[in-house]
Amino acid sequence: MADLGRAALVTAFLLLVYALVAGSLAAWQKRRRLAESAQNALLAAFGATLIASAVLLAALARHDFSFQYVADHTSHELPLGYTLTAFWGGQEGSLLLWLLVLTGYSVAAVLTGRRAGREVLAWVVPTLGLVGTFFAMLLVFVASPFATQAAAADGAGLNPSLQNPYMAIHPPMLYLGYVGLTVPFAFAMGALLARRTDERWIVATRRWTLAAWAFLGVGQLLGAHWAYVEIGWGGFYAWDPVENAALMPWLAATAFLHSVMIQEKRGMLKVWNVLLVVLAFCLSIFGTFLTRSGIIQSIHSFTQSSIGPWFLGFICLITAASLALIFVRLPLLRSKTRLESLVSREATFLYNNLLLVALALTILWGVVYPILSQAVTGEAATVSKPYYNFFLHTFGLPLLLLMGIGPLVAWRRASLRALGRTFLWPLGAAVIAGIALLAAGAGSSRIGVVAYTFSVFVLASIALEFARGTAARKALGGVGWGGAFSSLVARNRRRYGGYVVHASVVLLAIGVTGASAYQTVHEARLKPGQSMSVAGDRLVFRGYETKTESNHRAIRALVDVYRGNDYLGRYKPGKNQYFAEDQVSNEVSIRHDWLTGGDLFLIADQVNANGSIDLKALQKPLVNLLWLAGIVFIGGSLIALWPDAREARRLAERYADGVVRI
Amino acid sequence: MTAALVVGAVLAVACVVLVALPFLREPAARDDRLTSPDELEQRRLSLAEERDRALATLKELEFDHRTGKVSDDDYRRLVGPLRQQAAQALRALDLRAEQAADERVPTRG
Repeated sequence: MADLGRAALVTAFLLLVYALVAGSLAAWQKRRRLAESAQNALLAAFGATLIASAVLLAALARHDFSFQYVADHTSHELPLGYTLTAFWGGQEGSLLLWLLVLTGYSVAAVLTGRRAGREVLAWVVPTLGLVGTFFAMLLVFVASPFATQAAAADGAGLNPSLQNPYMAIHPPMLYLGYVGLTVPFAFAMGALLARRTDERWIVATRRWTLAAWAFLGVGQLLGAHWAYVEIGWGGFYAWDPVENAALMPWLAATAFLHSVMIQEKRGMLKVWNVLLVVLAFCLSIFGTFLTRSGIIQSIHSFTQSSIGPWFLGFICLITAASLALIFVRLPLLRSKTRLESLVSREATFLYNNLLLVALALTILWGVVYPILSQAVTGEAATVSKPYYNFFLHTFGLPLLLLMGIGPLVAWRRASLRALGRTFLWPLGAAVIAGIALLAAGAGSSRIGVVAYTFSVFVLASIALEFARGTAARKALGGVGWGGAFSSLVARNRRRYGGYVVHASVVLLAIGVTGASAYQTVHEARLKPGQSMSVAGDRLVFRGYETKTESNHRAIRALVDVYRGNDYLGRYKPGKNQYFAEDQVSNEVSIRHDWLTGGDLFLIADQVNANGSIDLKALQKPLVNLLWLAGIVFIGGSLIALWPDAREARRLAERYADGVVRI
Repeated sequence: MTAALVVGAVLAVACVVLVALPFLREPAARDDRLTSPDELEQRRLSLAEERDRALATLKELEFDHRTGKVSDDDYRRLVGPLRQQAAQALRALDLRAEQAADERVPTRG
């Protein structure tokens, strides 16, 4: 079976090389059948990658330890679910997943991207072929998942921190996001190569960008929740380089989603938009490089490997070629219109873009600096939490504020009188909230008060936007309040879906602020029967219980929680000892308070031989708003992504003569 | 092993056929040019984008006015030039359509 997997990968590689070479030739010489043939090669490459993936999946399911990959990442005792998710648990498998998603996306993008125009599409195919060729080359020549060996009696097992239900969903979500950013990149490059810098490439990739960005956002939140419940250190985001690697392209894509609206509405920022697409794509490749090269110390870097230089070379090639192409095509990217006023919706979008890119680049510097210092001085400098937190506060808080200001400001220009009228309620709500917070004793954290005051301002501004929009729609007549509201959202899905996403970001900000600025931590060594207190809750340690599962031995501390005289329940933090992997993992216990949105988070830091425990307890106010934010984020993204028949008709009419056959 | 070999061979043949399909379907195509929009079509697309942009801006202004983000004075000052812009884009598109129609009508001898 390994031979079939290898053959399928070699076939995919050859097909992608063909899509690159024949596609370039076809676009260059304007040869229709050759262009169609290159497009078909992409389709066939997807089929071949699908077969390679099926072979690996079958080998995992059968515990075929003659596959080195299967032996390295699974064991007989590993439950079937985790055995299958080991597909992306190691380097070779996750590269195969990259290629599978990329070829799948390529087929779908080419089949649905006809609006970009035939000459643009002809260049999109070789661009996608180039990216695919790189990953197929790695899989065939550098990191094959089909390397074989004499079948071992048992495998090495899966890293314990990967034995979590989130393993089934978090990595695929991130990959759908990372790889999805290839599509807008390919269309942007296609448009530049074909000298067609009108809006067609944007129209063709609008939903792709939004979908990739949404997947990346959801993937990160799932990762944060995974870290929260599994890793056992009491947090959800550690500014780990690999976590940052997913955040950076998401920030760049967020900037693009905003600035592209300026191009659509005003014909401005064409160069900036292409640059953002290139930045987002390069950062997504850089993220894969960080995760898979082993160049950095990270909880996500499972292996040291030789693929780093290949990735570095590819990133340099892509960046240099893209920037050179943008430079050559600059005359075609000039805007006819200019910013009319610094107080306008366009201007707030521009400020938001500058802040998002500045945040992404400072994070990039924080990730790259230790690598550079290691290369230059031989010692890796450490860039830690205070650096990132400083820039998060510096750029993040103004960004939060801008989310509330933007919707209140008119397009083109806004007068002071109109601004005074629209800002009155949100500003009033924010001032009242700020005073109330100070009165309630929240002043212990200045950043916390500022973040919460801004959050109230943004929520009030969003609510006002919905209310005023619904009232304006109702005033046109013919509908009641409900009808006016649904008509308002249905006619402007991207705008109102965007507002819902903004609301989710506010929930996220509230959750993060509560869990970090107002967190209470208490640690103590307790013998059975002894107790400790944290934020008003009394924790009594009763002793241990142990249990043996198929692949691990679990030891749990029994901790009874009381608030005053009320018994709130028994919680069981502890540790798992995995047999095959010979590793110990922390298993935390969390008490959710759905009424307040806070958590009591218990960690068995140390299980002592004399029967005592080193118990760490964290009281995290409002932390559950983070996960609620994820649900609201998905809702907002779906509203924005939902097909709009009216818009589709308008675009069909606009591009009626330009839609093509290939 | 044999099954793997057969699947591999079928995969290779299927891929070759799929890639060669455009040439198998049209071995001697009369027109193999990958046509792109001519100057006129490019102009039409550009005008259509301008028209849509102008109409969308006008719609935004109306909406911003109704929701109180644009004052009556600002609205009166801004709406005139925007309507003119939209009308110009519409006129240019109509003119271009007439020109295209004229080019399509054969001249009578």
